[in-house]
Amino acid sequence: MLTYLGRRLIASIFVILMVAIFVFSLLYLTPGDPAAIIAGDQATPEMVARIRQSLKLDEPYLVRFSDWLLQIVQGDLGNSIYTGQPILQQIGLRFGPTLSLMVVSMTLSTLVAIPLGIVAAWKQNSRVDRGLMVFSTLGFSIPVFVVGYLLAYFFGLKLKWLPVQGYAPLSSGLWNWMRHLILPSIALGSAFIGLLARMTRAAMLQVLSQDYVRTAKAKGLGQGEILFRHALKNAAVPITTVVGLGIAGLISGAVVTESVFALPGLGRMTADAILRRDYPVIQSLILLFSLNYLIVNLLVDITYTFFDPRVRY
Amino acid sequence: MHATHEANAQLQPTLSIRDLTISFRRDGIWTPAVQQISFNISPGEIVALVGESGSGKSVTALSIAGLLDAKVSRVEGEIFLGGQSLLTLPERRMCELRGNKIAMIFQEPMTSLNPVLTIGRQISEVLVKHRGVSEKEALREAERLLEQVRIPDARSRLTQYPHNFSGGMRQRVMIAMALACRPKLLIADEPTTALDVTVQAQILDLIKDLQADGDMAVLFITHDMGVVAQIADRTVVMYRGDIVEEGATPEIFRAPARPYTRALLSAVPVLGSMADEANPRRYPIVDPVTGNPQPAPPGALTVDTRSEPLLVVKNLTARFDVRTGLFGRLSGRVHAVEDVSFDIKVGETLSLVGESGCGKSTTGRSIMRLIEPTAGEIRLDGQDIGSISGAQLRDHRRNIQMIFQDPFASLNPSMRIGSAIMEPMIIHGRVSRTQAHDRAVDLLEIVGLKRETFNRFPHEFSGGQRQRICIARALALEPKLIVADESVSALDVSIKAQIINLMLELQEKLGLAYLFISHDMAVVERVSHRVAVMYLGEIVEIGPRRAIFSNPRHPYTRKLLSAVPVPDPSVRLKSSPQGVTEFKSPIRSVGYKPPVREYVQVGDEHYVLS
Repeated sequence: MLTYLGRRLIASIFVILMVAIFVFSLLYLTPGDPAAIIAGDQATPEMVARIRQSLKLDEPYLVRFSDWLLQIVQGDLGNSIYTGQPILQQIGLRFGPTLSLMVVSMTLSTLVAIPLGIVAAWKQNSRVDRGLMVFSTLGFSIPVFVVGYLLAYFFGLKLKWLPVQGYAPLSSGLWNWMRHLILPSIALGSAFIGLLARMTRAAMLQVLSQDYVRTAKAKGLGQGEILFRHALKNAAVPITTVVGLGIAGLISGAVVTESVFALPGLGRMTADAILRRDYPVIQSLILLFSLNYLIVNLLVDITYTFFDPRVRY
Repeated sequence: MHATHEANAQLQPTLSIRDLTISFRRDGIWTPAVQQISFNISPGEIVALVGESGSGKSVTALSIAGLLDAKVSRVEGEIFLGGQSLLTLPERRMCELRGNKIAMIFQEPMTSLNPVLTIGRQISEVLVKHRGVSEKEALREAERLLEQVRIPDARSRLTQYPHNFSGGMRQRVMIAMALACRPKLLIADEPTTALDVTVQAQILDLIKDLQADGDMAVLFITHDMGVVAQIADRTVVMYRGDIVEEGATPEIFRAPARPYTRALLSAVPVLGSMADEANPRRYPIVDPVTGNPQPAPPGALTVDTRSEPLLVVKNLTARFDVRTGLFGRLSGRVHAVEDVSFDIKVGETLSLVGESGCGKSTTGRSIMRLIEPTAGEIRLDGQDIGSISGAQLRDHRRNIQMIFQDPFASLNPSMRIGSAIMEPMIIHGRVSRTQAHDRAVDLLEIVGLKRETFNRFPHEFSGGQRQRICIARALALEPKLIVADESVSALDVSIKAQIINLMLELQEKLGLAYLFISHDMAVVERVSHRVAVMYLGEIVEIGPRRAIFSNPRHPYTRKLLSAVPVPDPSVRLKSSPQGVTEFKSPIRSVGYKPPVREYVQVGDEHYVLS
């Protein structure tokens, strides 16, 4: 297990390095003068010159890349071109809302989707099953922003149950924190609930057709014992895989959701940075998201050993 | 033993089935799978339910335990367990009986245990459920049960998972689980079919032993008449959903009354029946409807002894690395095939026999170059084929074709069978499309299928017909050698006999040579000219078929032969005194140097590993 972790960490470093090369080259793959592109249409020659100097664009590619990499390894992500503030500090400020949104959304989604999938598999081809599957298809066919605006309109503007804008930190009270997150979490999770419910159903159906489920029936076990004790643990590996992919995928959903609900998180920061062509910020955020993806994947792989004794690293 | 049965027969039967009819709904139509069958099992009695696939025997077993899917099946008639009617019981009450009064063992020990729960848990949960004991007490009882089914080191085994157990051991666990609550009725559905013969003998022993202790009734479902003769007090023969014959096992074997029973018995390969035959001989086929036997023609001499051998294998070795650790360090090697030498002449059948994991399939695949051997020389028609590659290798593969075990998995389900037979001819670019088409039609007729079947898909055929299609495909390139890897093992006895007959007929007509890989000693005796016995990657004995079967010299050959169940109830195998034996592993440490082996000649062309 430890040797496996070591091997995975070494592999992860290489992956991050590849991402870094890609991210760094992003700016220079676009044709024309990067500094002029960053500065935009109404830029004065002085602005372009200043940008060129701050990005050290006059130096050779490899020198710039190694400087940039060295800087990042030391924990310095550079400064935003737009605000001039250190990027790391800005990320720190924006981290809370996004983490909160992801945790609440993920918890809500799994708690809804997995039981739905189990019920659908148990009652395969019944009306309940068909109804749930239509519901889940709707869930992942409607774009996140449509779900978001509909929720905001009904529960926020019409019923006035929940706030539709802004964020409150956990320190301002659990309920206050929670109520700002409920609508964005549902909007963000809607697609994922549909996907996870379907995957759970498929995984459970596959397991329920196995010989050992017949053995469990022959032992006289009840439906509940068969579903939860014998089947669910076997279906857990594919379900966990989808949950892992879901966590990674939430990031892209967060960009939209945070814009709709005006949450000051990393998603919003990404959207702003792209609109402002703030390349150093974009680069930093992509690196951060890839790191998140790698960590989640590693955790998922480790979870497999917990569910399936045959998986040994 | 017999006296108690007669006394028990006066009592109420443990299981009583009256006019049982089971129907399944397919495409909205109810089709009966079992029709109006009735039989009893007395306490302490073992009743064998025999028949071929589709005869309704497994369906009958599942209906007794109430395990058929209620949505697509309908069970009519009456089933009584000790006087209690089962078919009227609600599901909740059936749950209380299942695993408690009625227990089951299934065919596939590899898939019948839950891979993610410990063995201890899987046994103890039955006791917790039906006996209401605590988890701790149940685990103690589980340990005792594992000891009862003779699993060594039971206590430490409780916390292990199924993948730590071999097939035979898993079937023992299944038995422990089934017997946990001392059921009145044990239903064993083909419990030994997936096991090696030596393991099968041990499991049959175990079931007999455990049953002799109490008054448990056993319904033993099998298609193997040899097993029936070994274990059953009474036999019920099923054919197409109906009981055609029923009686005491010795009676059934001595004087089968019905044509179908006669057909079934005549198709059973009997070890030693070939002792007076010089050549392989086809099976006599008994018509299952009329009962008229159609005697087999005497075997013809097909082996070309004058010219050079077709295939020469010298010192063939195949090893696979086992890697573990941070940098995939080499931690051991599987010595799958170790220093194996043999040859096959034109028109000759050499059989490779041995138990699962002995390296017989690896040997076959190495000859096809589907696996790269580690060392050794393989010559076909004098050409060294160990070193060729590219176009030459492709050309070589034309000369050797394979027929596999599972005819369901070895045909592409979305390809018409005619195209499947044409494909190899077109790939090798020897003929035009029309020529290939004509040849494929001819081949269908050669293997006994109608030319109209050309445009059908594999799912429209039965298992035996599919195996014929696979043979036709193998013949398409006019190979000199066919590697038949367990090609008849998955087939019903009567179908098995037909396919063997076809293979022998083709050998006579076309002068084919076969490398016949099998674990079934009785079939091997039928088809072979010579036999090689493999154990742990090595050939331990090789020689003419008659010498191997009448005068086995290596202890392993003897053990293998003595474990084959004899289809004669009066000759029951003695309990193996050694108890549990497990197949050893051919995994060795990295530095392992296999000892230099010497073969001793004990007869004409008969060699034994010393």
